[in-house]
Formats: sequence, C-alpha cells, structure tokens
Amino acid sequence: MSGARRSALATLRGQIERIETAEVVHHRDRVALGHSEADSALKGGLARAAIHEVFCDGRHGAAATGFVTGLAGRVTTRKPLLWVRQDFSEIETGALSMSGLAEIGLDPRRMVMVRAADVESALRTSADALACDALGAVVLELWGETRQFDLVASRKLTLAAQSSGVTGLLLRMAAQPLPSTAETRWMLRAAHSPPGPVWSAWGAPRFDAELLRNRHGPCGRWIMEWKCDECQFSESSAYPQPVAAAPAHRPDPAVFANGQRLAG
Amino acid sequence: MGSGSPDEPSIVVAKDNNALVIHALDEAAERLGLHIGQPLANARAMCPDLKVFDADAVADAKTISDIADWCDRFTPLVALDPPHGLFLDITGCAHLFGGEAALLQTLVRALGRQGFAVSAAIAGTSVCARTLTRQASGSIVADGGEAAAISRFPVSALGAGETISTGLRRAGLKTIGDVASRTPSEITARFGARFSTLLAHALGQGDAPINPRKPLPDYIVEKRFAEPIATDTMIAMTLSRLADTLIASMEKQGKGARRLEAAFFRTDGAVRAIMVETGRPVTRSAVVDRLFRERLDALADPLDPGFGFDMVRLSASRTEIVVQEQRDLDAHVHDNDELAALIDRIAARIGGKRVVVHLPEDTHIPECAVLAAPAQHHLAVALQAEWPARTESEPPLRPLRLFDKPEPINVPFATVPDGPPHQFTWRRALHAVVRVEGPERIAMEWWRQDGKQLTRDYFRIEDAEGLRFWIFRDGLYEGECFDDDGKPAPPGWYVHGLFA
Repeated sequence: MSGARRSALATLRGQIERIETAEVVHHRDRVALGHSEADSALKGGLARAAIHEVFCDGRHGAAATGFVTGLAGRVTTRKPLLWVRQDFSEIETGALSMSGLAEIGLDPRRMVMVRAADVESALRTSADALACDALGAVVLELWGETRQFDLVASRKLTLAAQSSGVTGLLLRMAAQPLPSTAETRWMLRAAHSPPGPVWSAWGAPRFDAELLRNRHGPCGRWIMEWKCDECQFSESSAYPQPVAAAPAHRPDPAVFANGQRLAG
Repeated sequence: MGSGSPDEPSIVVAKDNNALVIHALDEAAERLGLHIGQPLANARAMCPDLKVFDADAVADAKTISDIADWCDRFTPLVALDPPHGLFLDITGCAHLFGGEAALLQTLVRALGRQGFAVSAAIAGTSVCARTLTRQASGSIVADGGEAAAISRFPVSALGAGETISTGLRRAGLKTIGDVASRTPSEITARFGARFSTLLAHALGQGDAPINPRKPLPDYIVEKRFAEPIATDTMIAMTLSRLADTLIASMEKQGKGARRLEAAFFRTDGAVRAIMVETGRPVTRSAVVDRLFRERLDALADPLDPGFGFDMVRLSASRTEIVVQEQRDLDAHVHDNDELAALIDRIAARIGGKRVVVHLPEDTHIPECAVLAAPAQHHLAVALQAEWPARTESEPPLRPLRLFDKPEPINVPFATVPDGPPHQFTWRRALHAVVRVEGPERIAMEWWRQDGKQLTRDYFRIEDAEGLRFWIFRDGLYEGECFDDDGKPAPPGWYVHGLFA
C-alpha cells in the first residue's frame, strides 16, 4: 500500500472517529436495563436521545410491545410518554390496553396516545413529538413493511431526538430489519416460561431479545425477563427449578425448546 | 335563475299533491301570464315551447347557504329566511361600507354579477324589510317610517299565506294601510294572533329577533384586499398579522382563545372556513400562527385560492379568562404546558379525536374498563386519575394488547366441562396449550338491562411457542347457552387479548 493511500485512509478513519465521538458526547446519558450482559454490550445501558428499533414477526407483536413498554419504562419514570400508532396495527394485534400497561408497572396517567390513520401522519407526528423536550419517550408503532420509512425519515427522527434529548422507540411489527440511523436494533420473540410444573407460578413477561445492531458495541442474544414490581429487566433464572433432576440422557428442556424455536 | 336566454320562457316545476306545478319562473314566463302554483299541464297548453326544469330543494338550500356564507363579509349576524330569503343584521356595520345606501348597492351589485336576481331593502324591523323587498327593492326606511313606507302595498306583500291574503281581500282590505287602520283586536279576532303580531312587526311596532346561523364570535379581526391574494406566503403573512391583532385585543381583557376560526372569502363568492381548537387558552400569536400552519398543511382538500381571496377573517369563537401564573420556578408546570401545546399542534394536524388520554371506568368488563377521551380537553383530568393498583409480586393479570372485539377461536374437541382447551385454532393457526392459569370468572352487569350477556370464564394460556393469550368461554356449560330449539349448546370460545 502506498504512503499516499495510507494517509488518505488515516484521514478517513480520523473523520469517522470524529463523527462517531460527536455522537457519543450526545449519547453519554444511558440508562441501565437491569440485564447485566445486555447492559455491558450496550456500554452501560440504553442511550437516551437516540432512536431504538424493535422488530418482530407478526405473531410476536404482543411480546415486542411488552419489550418496548419496558424500554420506555426504563428510559423515563416521571415524564409523559407519547405512543403513536397506526390504525391497522390495532386491528392486527389489538389495542394497547391501559390495564395491561398498569400491570406491567407503567403509569397509564403518563400515556398520551395518538391514533394516526396512516404511516405518513404517524411519521410526521412522531418527528414533531421527538422535538418536544417535555416528553420522556416517543413510541412509534408501525405494522408491516413501509416504503415511507426510509433512511431520510429515520435520520430526521434521529436528529430530532438528539436535539431534544427525547428517546424514540420504534416498534416495527411484521417487518424485516433494514438499514437505518438507529442506535440499536432488536429482534424480538416471545420466550417460554421457565421449565417447571404446569401449575407453578408463571406469566412474568419473558423475551427472547436479539440485538441485531449496536452502533457502539457488540451484538448478542439473551432471554430477558421483565420485573413488573421493580420496573426493570433481569436475567431469566427467576423461577425455582423443578425439584426432580433432569434426565442425563436427554437434552435440557430449555435448550431443546430453544433449538426447536430456532428451527421454526 | 340566470341561465337561459331572456326570450325563451323557462320554469321550474315541483310535485305537489301528485301534480307537477310551477315552483319558480323567469320574467319571460311571467310575461306570458304564468304564475307560481299553476299546474304544468295548463302552462304547457298556454305556451307549448316552455323550458321545464325539475326543482331540487337540496341544491336550493345549498345555494342559499353559500350566499349566506358570502354575506358573512358584511355582518356576522346572518339568518336564513326560508325558502329564498336572508336577513342581515347590519346594526353598527353599515359605516364600514360607506353607509347603508352604499352597502345595499355593493351587496346587490356583487350578487347580480354572480348571476342572481336580488331584491333587497333596509328597514328597522326584519318583517318590514322583507315586505319591502317584495314590492320596493332597494328602498331604505329610517326608524319610525315603517308604517308610512309599506301602507300602500298590497296585503300579499306581508307574506302571511294565501288563506289570510284572500280573506283580507274579501273583507275589502286591499292594502297594508287598510289593514293597519282597523283596530288590532278586530284583526286578531278574524285572522289570529300570529297575523296581528306579524302586522305589528311590519309596521315597526316591536320586532322579532332573527336567528343567526352562527353564534356571534367573541373577537373578530379581518383584512380586506383591493388586489386579491393567492400565494401561500401572503396568506400565511396575513394570518400571522391578524393573529397579532386578535391576540392584542384579547390580551387587553385578559382573555385567551380556545377555538379559532379563519374564514377565507374568495373573489368568486366561495367561502372556506377553517377551525382549530386548543386545550388551553392561547395567549401568544406565534402559537395561533403555528396551529393554523399545521392545519392548513394537513388539509385533506387544500385551500384553493382560485382567482384569489379578497378578504380574510380571523375570529375567536370561544374564549376563556387567562389566569397569569408565575411559571418559571416550577419546571413540572412548564412541562405540562409544553405537552398541551404539542397535543394542540398534533390535534390541529390530524384531528382532536385522534389524540387521546385514558380514564379508568368503574366496571369489571375488560373492554369497558378504560375510556379514551380527547387529550385536548381531558389532559388535566387524566393526570389526576385514580387507577386500580396492581397486585405486588403477581405476574400481569390483564393482557397488554386487548382486542376491541373478542376474536372467535375454534376449540376442536370438548375437554373437561368448565376447563380450558388443550388446543385451539386462531387465525388459521393451531396453538397447543402448554400452560394454563384460571379460570377467572367475570359476570356481566345484570343491573344494566342492555340485552342478555353471558358469564365469561377467562384463562391465561401459554402455547408451545411461548405466545400468551387471554381466552374466555362465553357462557357457562349447560347453563346459559341454548340453540334455536332451546336445547343446551356448547358455548363459544374467544381470544380477548395477548400477554407480553
């Protein structure tokens, strides 16, 4: 490699460094999720004043909603939350229930819901809302693939979030991940309750969360559990293990179930 | 009425008692001796080459309402006088148009240019003015001169109906002056109290209030243009200047606007009114300006200037007294203000009903437990609402996503009576039940007598994939569900919500 080319590369690297560090200055404000591995991958927690995308398959809409609700609950505890949703997603996965929200541990009083008729008005509303620093977080819920949400729209949201300090959470149901300017991108699936007798206590929200993209750290895949009382995520070994020892000649049921789900 | 050539007689017919009769006619037809109420067959016999049109009451009403909109430029108090009339209360407005005569002339000429035949008059009472339009269009009667002005007109000009007019003529009372010369008690005894009141009003003795189409706004500012404006920049600039003036005049009285209306008067007579509402009284012109920009931006059918607007009016139709508060020290109050302003902006763009907050309702029925209310009006209430507290150390008992209408599922074979299903089909996919918790029985509210509703047994269910459902059986086994013959039928199963 010639010297000129090497110096050009070095200049470019320097530029990239500058751009990235400029963003890091904005992103220094992070909030820990409570799941230690995820927090270490995220360098301390979820960045405020940025956009985070959560994708899911159509069937796992409720799980992804739970995850996004959890993120919103972590990001802000006192400020209002603006939830922008498209009319169609309510038909597909049901309306966000305030009783359910209260059960998850969030305060329904802080929730303002915007029922946007289409993607354009939803995008415009959320860009407007992200610029308003009275809000704690803005959730934009879209169903299906959309042409309108391109790199330009995504950049607009990111800039608005950076200037105001409001966190933007995108819930993309039944959509495939695409390049965007988001800080993190997640793929969500519902996770099984931990193995145990059928009649034992179960039902705490559990997520199989895959971190697909992380601008400032590694990716990963974890089983995360939401603690409704503490209002934070945690590792998944919350329930007592079955008393009977697992048979040695068979694979662990949790691993087995995991593999099955991957295949499906 | 302006269509058709002047020589060719044309009439409008309407159906009356199963016969087509003349509803309206033009001057050429009138010269031929035709009159309103004459059957079409007779008219055809008199003049075979009549042009006949069908009456369209809806279009007539629309036209008169459009004309009334246009007349808003002279006064905010415009009332309809069916079927063809309009009352304008011009008290205190005439000087703005160079006096009563100039106003009358402007109005008649402008409507004439648009192709309408108008007769108009100004008088101290509405009934007197209406009488004048029938006989002496263009006249202006000063206060106190009503009786003298109308005394020589025939009684039919009063518009009291065919029966009374004929009765008066038969009694030998041909003109209004003749009728007025009798004592009121005689007239009342023969023609009823209603007619005598009408007569008194026509003669200027007392007046009935008109019934304006729109309530009078609290504050109005307007701008007229000698040269019509059409560009977006000019419209925006005009609106923001008007907003400045409006806010300044409201500020003097310590008021803020809750509902604002901008009316755009097009040169060709069309009027477009655009309204914005706010959750809190607005006291800054920049906010008004921004709200209207959002609204204009998002109009489904955009503002069409055509050949330009010659007048723009901004009015505050609902105002509230503003309590000035010290706000800088309390960041929380400031935040709520910002949130209210954001809600107003979004509501201006996509409509007030689409931005909602939630209020708890006192009921056990899951789909009725929450009321979504427009955020503009209920934000303060929602922030103070009392929600039922969740049970500590329990997993969520209510689903995060709830279907507005429970979706039926197919449970293939009966299990233990009153028990949960082993598998079910929902949206064409089979779900095998792995874990169940329940039942949680929710009985319907028998004290509300709105139809028979069945008791529901709810189950929280996890399937083999880890998806969690909230399903219920609608009705008790062999207790509540019957088929058409009255025999017990298996109850239906539904998915009502999804847990995270």
